[in-house]
Amino acid sequence: MSEQARSRADLLLPIADDELIVGWRNSEWTGIAPFLEEDVAFSSIAQNEIGHARVLYELVAEELGTDPDALAFDRAPAESRCAPLVQLQLVPDWGRTIARHYLYETADAVRLEALKASGDAAVAGLAAKIDREEGYHRMHAEMWVDRLAESDEGRERLEAAVDELWPYAVAMLEPELRPALAERIGRDLPSDKLLRVLERGVALPELEELYDEMTMVRRLAPAGRW
Amino acid sequence: MVTTEQAWAAVAEVADPEIPVVSLVEMGVIRDVQVDGGRVHIELVPTFLGCPALDAMRRELAAKVAELGAKADIELILDDSWSTDRITPAGREKLREAGFAPPVPRSEGETTLVQLSSGVFRCPYCGSTDTRLENIFGPTPCRSLRYCNGCRQPFEQFKTL
Repeated sequence: MSEQARSRADLLLPIADDELIVGWRNSEWTGIAPFLEEDVAFSSIAQNEIGHARVLYELVAEELGTDPDALAFDRAPAESRCAPLVQLQLVPDWGRTIARHYLYETADAVRLEALKASGDAAVAGLAAKIDREEGYHRMHAEMWVDRLAESDEGRERLEAAVDELWPYAVAMLEPELRPALAERIGRDLPSDKLLRVLERGVALPELEELYDEMTMVRRLAPAGRW
Repeated sequence: MVTTEQAWAAVAEVADPEIPVVSLVEMGVIRDVQVDGGRVHIELVPTFLGCPALDAMRRELAAKVAELGAKADIELILDDSWSTDRITPAGREKLREAGFAPPVPRSEGETTLVQLSSGVFRCPYCGSTDTRLENIFGPTPCRSLRYCNGCRQPFEQFKTL
């Protein structure tokens, strides 16, 4: 589909949903990461991702005539456009957490590169801004990939987790962007059959649990202002 | 009738909510101020999009403009036009005096881990460049944590953006 034919909602809602949910997942390490530096790092990354979700929801809300909180919290899990990759609840497995972090941030970089070239100036400008911040997330992820590779156990657990999550990461991107991700990660693309069950629109049971928790206050006091 | 000069002067009084030693103007987050009758239009560019201080900035800007008897109309600019390079020389000096190492200039291309690990970062307390990266992330989105081997003091380094 040509970009002109796509609404901002169609283009940006999947990304906003990914950023909100991955931000939430990252925040699950707050207070229980392996050491204090990582409590700080994952909390800060979560704050950035949720900040990105918020401005993306604002752009979409403007088009749809709604508000960003309604988009974030009032849609049922089945309506979420987030990718299964971000839905996975990975605490307390640090190896799988770092594998997702690395794959998500790399896939997000591929997606942002494409958005920066958008003909919609507001979208291109915002993507450039987001990408500057994401550069720090990528550095953090790459630092951890290198660090885990320093021991046999770390390398084995990380590789097993990347093997497991690689199809999820590919399915997160639109088909035309997938080869660029395969090149950056240095892996072959999985079969279409494997990818089909991991596409957006699939809501895993753990997303339902996350939504229950994430929207609890909103549901208790729907008109509450904070 | 409010003049543009008066409006800028009022805006310049607003301190950064997280680091009150510097003003929003010194942080470079005020891109433009225009007066149109009784309305003052302010272009505010966030540092990081998830910055929790944004709402406080908007509130304080609106309050300062209200003191002039005008109404603030604050536009949040969501593009890549803010960079840490926009922090003014005076702002950088005030940050340093308050114990925050100012950001190094934005270079061509993306900041890399190698730059963060081996670049020259000066301790704001003793001036030593014998410092090391402790954590890419810090207490707020805009800062990293470093440690000075010279004076054995941890310090906060502004991220280059």
